[in-house]
Formats: sequence, structure tokens, C-alpha cells
Amino acid sequence: MTSHSARADSAGIAGSARALAERRPLGDRVFQALALVAGLLVLAILVLILVSTTQQSTTWFGKEGITGIFSTTWDPAHNKFGALTFIYGTAITAVIAVILAVPVSVAIALLLTEVVPYRWARPIVYVIDLLAVVPSVVWGLWGVQVFAPWVLPHVYAPVARALKGVPVLGNLFGPSTSGAPSGPAFFTAGLILAFMITPIVTSLSREVIATVPTIDKEGAYALGATRLEMIRGVVWPHSQGGIVGAVLLGLGRAMGETIAAALVIGSSTQITSHLLSPGYSMPAVIANQFGEAFGEFRSALLGIGVLLFLLTIIVNVLARAVVARNVQRTRGA
Amino acid sequence: MQPRGRKRVAAGIGGIAALAVAVSLSACSSSPKPSGGSSPTAAPLTGTLNGAGSTFQTTFQQAAISQFKSVQSGMTVNYDPVGSGTGRSDLAAGTVNYAGSDSPIPSTETDFTGKGTVLYFPVVIGPITMSYNLAGVSNLKLDPTVIANIFQGKITTWNDPAITALNPGVSLPSQAITIAVRQDSSGTTQNFSLFLQTAVPSVWSLGSSSTISWPHSAHAGSGNSGVAQIIKSTPGAIGYVDLSTAHASGLTYASVKNSSGNYIAPSAASASASAAGVTVNPDLTFHAVWGSGAQAYPITYQSWVLVFEKQPNANDAKMLQAWIGYLLGDGQSLLPSLDYAKLPASIDQMAKAQLSKITG
Repeated sequence: MTSHSARADSAGIAGSARALAERRPLGDRVFQALALVAGLLVLAILVLILVSTTQQSTTWFGKEGITGIFSTTWDPAHNKFGALTFIYGTAITAVIAVILAVPVSVAIALLLTEVVPYRWARPIVYVIDLLAVVPSVVWGLWGVQVFAPWVLPHVYAPVARALKGVPVLGNLFGPSTSGAPSGPAFFTAGLILAFMITPIVTSLSREVIATVPTIDKEGAYALGATRLEMIRGVVWPHSQGGIVGAVLLGLGRAMGETIAAALVIGSSTQITSHLLSPGYSMPAVIANQFGEAFGEFRSALLGIGVLLFLLTIIVNVLARAVVARNVQRTRGA
Repeated sequence: MQPRGRKRVAAGIGGIAALAVAVSLSACSSSPKPSGGSSPTAAPLTGTLNGAGSTFQTTFQQAAISQFKSVQSGMTVNYDPVGSGTGRSDLAAGTVNYAGSDSPIPSTETDFTGKGTVLYFPVVIGPITMSYNLAGVSNLKLDPTVIANIFQGKITTWNDPAITALNPGVSLPSQAITIAVRQDSSGTTQNFSLFLQTAVPSVWSLGSSSTISWPHSAHAGSGNSGVAQIIKSTPGAIGYVDLSTAHASGLTYASVKNSSGNYIAPSAASASASAAGVTVNPDLTFHAVWGSGAQAYPITYQSWVLVFEKQPNANDAKMLQAWIGYLLGDGQSLLPSLDYAKLPASIDQMAKAQLSKITG
């Protein structure tokens, strides 16, 4: 009796839903059209940007060829435009940022979800989100006016002296062949970028960790696990993939950061393992040199923009894929 | 942003008006051309002029714009310091009425091909100082060869024999030299490197451009003020900074040997002297660096206002004549107080004579 009436009800609901779909009011259809246009607009703008910048950079692509583009010489005075130093700088600063930011971000996320009570977690989240509100030019100016002049005599110089001649560490933090360490440097840029990506990596990690089922966690406790054992045995395997995705999104953001990097990276076109030496990154060179550029010079800068665009798209797509796969897996579990 | 958008609409309407004018002109082409703009400041004009380009001109443009209000209260002039290269491409694209540029249009720049004749109006010149930070040394002397070798990383200490030879009686420390350069592309870099290329072509190998591939030991700062800050905070530093920034930051600067063999300190007067001693091309392009004359300061550079000879309508042409006429006339008296130098009278006259070429 009950099962019969339930079936009838559901049939009725399905029927009325179909009827609704057939003759929807005008407002509904207008809204759908507007939403569709808005969605397509973003895509269209993205494609147009890519097309027009690629078009304007054909001079560079054509003239230099693959070997020219990936050469290390950037010398506008002699019409040589190789982008490898900038690609290297972008990669190395983003990697430094991720190495510094990820352990801190994941630790904060664990603190917020597993350690402190909910009502204390809220204010901490607000403070961390405030980091994301600071404009990048403020980070950059703080970096170049306050941080770099302080860190050079107090940290970089003694570290470089101490590590001179030490294998590996000496190559990374020792004095380079071109002289003493510099305030604005690869490492300074990486550190500023680390501050900037901490909020996004933290909030994404927190969301992933929050999806760990309470029943799994309580099961671990019931088996006599300590909090650390519970995090290692339950939280970590469950949220690993999502955190990797968060890290990749942070990486993408660090690679595209322009003004802060332009101000603190030191603006020197060189490839070196010495992280305390000045370097250059792709967005920084575009921001610094576009104003007076013309002809092939301008074309080369736009071309670097295209390369950067492709690079960040690849990283972002990778990140989304990792996150999506993880969400599917955890849902299945 | 907003004024530019409006401007584009105005330019569209102007285009139609210009077409009408062109048709009516061609109808009576046998009659002599009207000598429009003989008295550019007489009639009150209304409208907006947008300019963009050279950052070197910014202070002058801003001061002149506010003073110009009392000459033509109905006119609004805007200047956007986006850099010479961007200013020129904005002019070619028709988004601005005039461009400020620290260098003539390079032969490799194709933006202007088939767009009509561009007129050059030199409006301002100024010295680039060799500012340095050496305790106890207040009147350093340098020559182009030594400057070139310092900035190529070949002279690395202050007591290098090449420097001490130029400065007898001055005790120079064994301190390392830190060179301070611009990280942004700049007309200052362009003209500083042009000076070295012109004065000592056999020594200087880094070429002349708005961006130079400096030695890796160079410290880079953003804008004149960024370079000034590096010099100020780094003992042993030397860099190229314009005179107004050097004064504002309280920097010490060197006297530089000119083509007559005299050591001259940078000043408005010595910069004018350098410009007075250069050859000016018929289109009013010239390079003020390495000018002849006993009192000429050799690292002097110049900046132009660029406009199309043929304007879309008569009003635009009249407004440009009034504005550029002001920059070349009364506006020149603003320059010394802003640490720029006045145009030499000869160049100023040539530029004024060219004003009537702007037609609608």
C-alpha cells in the first residue's frame, strides 16, 4: 500500500518536472541565455587574448626559431632575444615558493581542522585570508624597501660566508662567481611568493582535509591511535591527492605573479644555481621592459607572455585533474 | 581609461568631419592654402588632447598642463607616462593625439608605415648625472673610457689606476665598485648608452638600447628613484640618474670630460650648451649627447613631442598648435626650476617655425 502510493507520487513529480521543462517562463529562458553568454564570454576573451598575442609575437617566433627562443642571451641592444633565463627564473622562484609555503600551509590546515576547536579556528582563518588581500605591489615594495635591505647583511651575507666551499649547499647559498650575495635575488622572490601563495594552499588543503569522514577518524581513535597516528593513518591517505592539487594551484599562481617578482628578483639575466644572486622571471621582464620596447623586442615580450600563458594553463589543468581524480576516489571510498 | 574611450568616439566623428573638410578642400584646390594657426593662442579653443609616452617628460608635462589652464581654459590636456615605445605605438594606433618620445622613430619600427608624416618637436633637454657614493670624495672626475669600462665590469675597484689617473690628489679607497642600473626599459638607459657608443665606440661593446645586457654584478632599480636609492644605500656604488632625481635624493655626482677635453658638471646651462653644439637634421631630430662646445656637458639627452602632420580635423590641429606652441614658448621658462634645461634658441626657433605644418 505505502510502496504503491510512493511510486505514484514519484511518477507525478517526474511528470510535472517534464511539464515545467517544456513551457518555462520567459524570465527563466532569458536567465539561461544570459548565463550561457557570460560563460562563453570568458572563453571567447581568453581565446582572443591568446590569438592576438600569438599573432603579435610571430615576428619573434619566426626570427629566432626554437633554438633562439630557448637561448640564454637577452640583449635588446644587439637584437638577441632568448627567453631561457626568464623561464629558469620563473621555475626556480615558483619551486622555492612551493617548498617554503607547502609545509607551513598544510600544517596550518591540520591545525585548523584537527587541533584547535572550531570557534578558535574562525579568527585564524580570517587572519590567513588577510594575507591574500594584501596587494602584490605592497608585497613587492615591502620586499624591496624593507626586507631585502635587512636580510642582506643579517642573513644572506653570513650564510654565504659560512657555506663558502661546502658542497651542494655552497652551490645554492654560497657566494657566486659574480660576487657577493644580493638583497633582491631568486631566494627573496621565492620567499615573497611563498607568503603570497600560503593563503590559497592553506584554504584548499583545509577544504580537502575537512572532507575526511568523521567515522574513519573515530574508528582510528577507537583502535587506540594517537592524534598523530590518526592524521598519518587516516587524514593523510585520504587527502594526499587534494593537497597535491592545491600545491599545483599555488605553483601556477607563483609562476604568474608579476609586480612583486619584478620588484624583488633583481633583474639580472643569468642562469645560476646560486639562489642569493639576482635573477629574472617571465612576468617581471614583461612588466619592466614593455614601455620602451618596439619591433622584435616588443614581439619577443609578447611571445614570453604566450609561453607563460601556456605554462600556467598546463600547470592549472594538471592541478584540476589531480583534484578531480582525488574527489572521485574519496567519494568512492 | 575613460577619456581614451571617449576620445575614440570623438576621433570617429572627427574622421567624418575631416572627410567633409577634405572634400570641400579638393573642390577648391587651386586656391592657395589657408595659413591656419598663424596666431595659435589668440582664439579660445575647446576640446581635449591626450598624450602618452616618455616618462622623462612627465614632470614638465604636468607642470605645463596646469599652467596652460590659464592660457586656454577651455582645453583639457592629459599626459600618460607609459614610456616612449608605448607612446609611439599609441600615436600610430590613433589612441592619442601626441606622443612623448626620447628617441626618433627607429627604422625598424613598422607601426608608422603608411600612416602619414610625423613631425618632431623637441621640447626639453636634460643632463644625466654620474652619481656615486664614496665617503669623502666630493668632486670626482670621469672620462667616457673609464665610464664605459666601469659599466662593462672591466674596472671593479675605485682605486683602479685608470680612475686615479683622472683624479690626481684625490685619495680613492680600494672599495669595490657597485654599478647601479635601470631594471625597467628606459630612455635614460637608451641615451646613456648612446653617449658611450658615440664617445668611445671602440671601448663600449654593450650597444645602445632602452635595455642593456649589463654585467651580472649590476644592481638594478626601478625608475630614476630606484637607481638613486641603490646608490644612496650602497657605499661604493655608481649609477646614471637624471639631474632632478639626483638633487632630490641628495646624491653627489661626477664631472665628465667632454669632447673639448674639459671636465664639466651637469647643470641646466651645461646641458643647453651641449644641445647647442649638435647638428640638427631637417626633420628636427638630433642627439644632444657628446655635443661640441667648451662648456657642454656630454651626457645630455632630449625628448620630443610627436604628432601627425595631417590631423583628422581643424580643431585638433589648432589645439595641437596652441599646446605645442606653449611648450616651446612660455613653457620653456618652467624648465630650469624642474632641473631640466631649456632648448637652445636656435632649435626652439626651428621647432616654432614648424608649427604651421600641422593642418586639419
